[in-house]
Amino acid sequence: MMEQTQRYNARLLAMEIAAVLLALLFLVPFYFVVINSLKSFGDLMRNAAGWPEAFRWDNYARVWEIMKFPRAFMNSLLITVLSNAGLVLISAMAAYRILRRPTVFNRVLFVLFIAAMVIPFQSIMIPLVKVASEVGLMDSRFGLIICYFGFGVSLNLFLYHGFMKSIPLEIEEAAVVDGCTPYGVFWRIVFPLLKPMTITILILNSLWIWNDFLLPLLVLHSADIRTIPLQTYSFFGQYTKQWDLALAGLVLGVAPMVAFFLLMQKHIIAGISAGAVKG
Amino acid sequence: MREEIVLQHRMKRLSDAVQQLVFVGPALLFFCLIVLVPFLMSFYYSLTDWNGVTTRVVWTGLSNFKRILLEDSEFRNAFWFTARYTLAAVVFANAVGFTLALLLTQPLKTRNVLRTVFFLPNVIAGLLLGFIWSFIFVKGFAAIGEWTGIGFFKLPWLGTASTAFWGMVIVSVWQMAGYLMVIYIAAMMNMPRELIEAAKIDGAGRWKMLRSIIVPLVMPAFTVCLFLTLSWSFKVFDLNLSLTKGGPFGSTESVALNIYKEAFQNNRYGLGTAKSLIFFVVVATVTTLQVIYTKRKEVEV
Repeated sequence: MMEQTQRYNARLLAMEIAAVLLALLFLVPFYFVVINSLKSFGDLMRNAAGWPEAFRWDNYARVWEIMKFPRAFMNSLLITVLSNAGLVLISAMAAYRILRRPTVFNRVLFVLFIAAMVIPFQSIMIPLVKVASEVGLMDSRFGLIICYFGFGVSLNLFLYHGFMKSIPLEIEEAAVVDGCTPYGVFWRIVFPLLKPMTITILILNSLWIWNDFLLPLLVLHSADIRTIPLQTYSFFGQYTKQWDLALAGLVLGVAPMVAFFLLMQKHIIAGISAGAVKG
Repeated sequence: MREEIVLQHRMKRLSDAVQQLVFVGPALLFFCLIVLVPFLMSFYYSLTDWNGVTTRVVWTGLSNFKRILLEDSEFRNAFWFTARYTLAAVVFANAVGFTLALLLTQPLKTRNVLRTVFFLPNVIAGLLLGFIWSFIFVKGFAAIGEWTGIGFFKLPWLGTASTAFWGMVIVSVWQMAGYLMVIYIAAMMNMPRELIEAAKIDGAGRWKMLRSIIVPLVMPAFTVCLFLTLSWSFKVFDLNLSLTKGGPFGSTESVALNIYKEAFQNNRYGLGTAKSLIFFVVVATVTTLQVIYTKRKEVEV
């Protein structure tokens, strides 16, 4: 009996060591990027693997200026927050109505929303550019947000729809008896009950919108409204061989999302599990 | 009296219509404007010589499709590359993700930290990941190669067609494995305890346990993970653009990048839409078949 427990422990320890080594392997790219972003160009070219001769924080100061990092950050933040707010609003409301009033029209509509999820973005983007410029959505952050409404609504509506099925109808009926209007029922009763799914949706949308590149590339053209991925792309185009600056730019670009993840990881991991089960 | 009832009835119908408009209207409007209308338009534009600039659009029938299928070797190569890349990325990412999940559902001390580490690459934009790895492949691997003398690290990673291909696969596995791990872990935590215990009492070995108990029970997670990895890999664009730019000599150009270039760099919007429709048919067919196939393998508990 004793022996078995011990063997079990040894096995676990071996697994632990293997897992930790694998994790270190996963982290090696981050080590390379961060350590080299703090070197002078000559130092970086001579020794890419080792510790810097001297820490050059100045790389960051320069990139901060060249990339106009605060501006790009604010653009990304604005676009992510407003797209999220609008998406939660329109998809929760639509999902509620479609579930509670399953008319033929609403049922067809639901199938349409879901079916559209199999269309790859690339099969929409070319005419989208035309449509967007006809209705004045091009080269504007507001226009980009409208595009996110369109592309996000299918999945969000689907997730809300699935989640709402578990909300008992009796609560709503009681509210109606108490004199609540249909809008009041939704806002005061149903929407607060959706909170777990709302968190999941906010997380899935934020990861997608903050990191998205192709749609902003097509819609935003002016330099002053670029998001972080767009700004990094154009910065990288100009400083291709100047790795010291390019790497500092990359670290800056990656930092907000890594910080967000480390702060919110419990919610993010729970949200992804929940989203995947429904999906 | 009667009029009042009729009026009430009308008011009710009106209020119902207003509710329908308020609740569903915005979602429907944005969906139609951004997704449905452009998608339907692409059926028309795929049959024209639209160049995106002039307003004059000439109907050319099926000539775009004929050209793509018979003459466009670049598109064919892009499809071939994307298919091979998708196969490799799906297989390896799921294998790594599943293994990590098996490992991190054991009572390890560092379990929570390790889950965070493995998931980390996934929160970074594909574009930035590509740039990070282009540095690793060019400078980092060379430095490790010099230090250790291992030939693997001395290869010209982004310089030849086959190493660039595996470069794409390595980065994709690194990026996707953690996400899949989270889904597999969630499925493994949901496995009914009694079943596992019963199997242990019956004397099932580790391998038998994995094959006969764990894999069938996490089948729904396989459905999801295969679907996700298939559609992510098929549509790869950001990573492709920032890591290899489709090179060397177009050998690693994905379909998505090929469509983008055709439309927005060569200004052949009509040809681009035709390509994008073929792409749509392939993606929709493959992912639908996969979901049907793996759904059938799921067991009811």
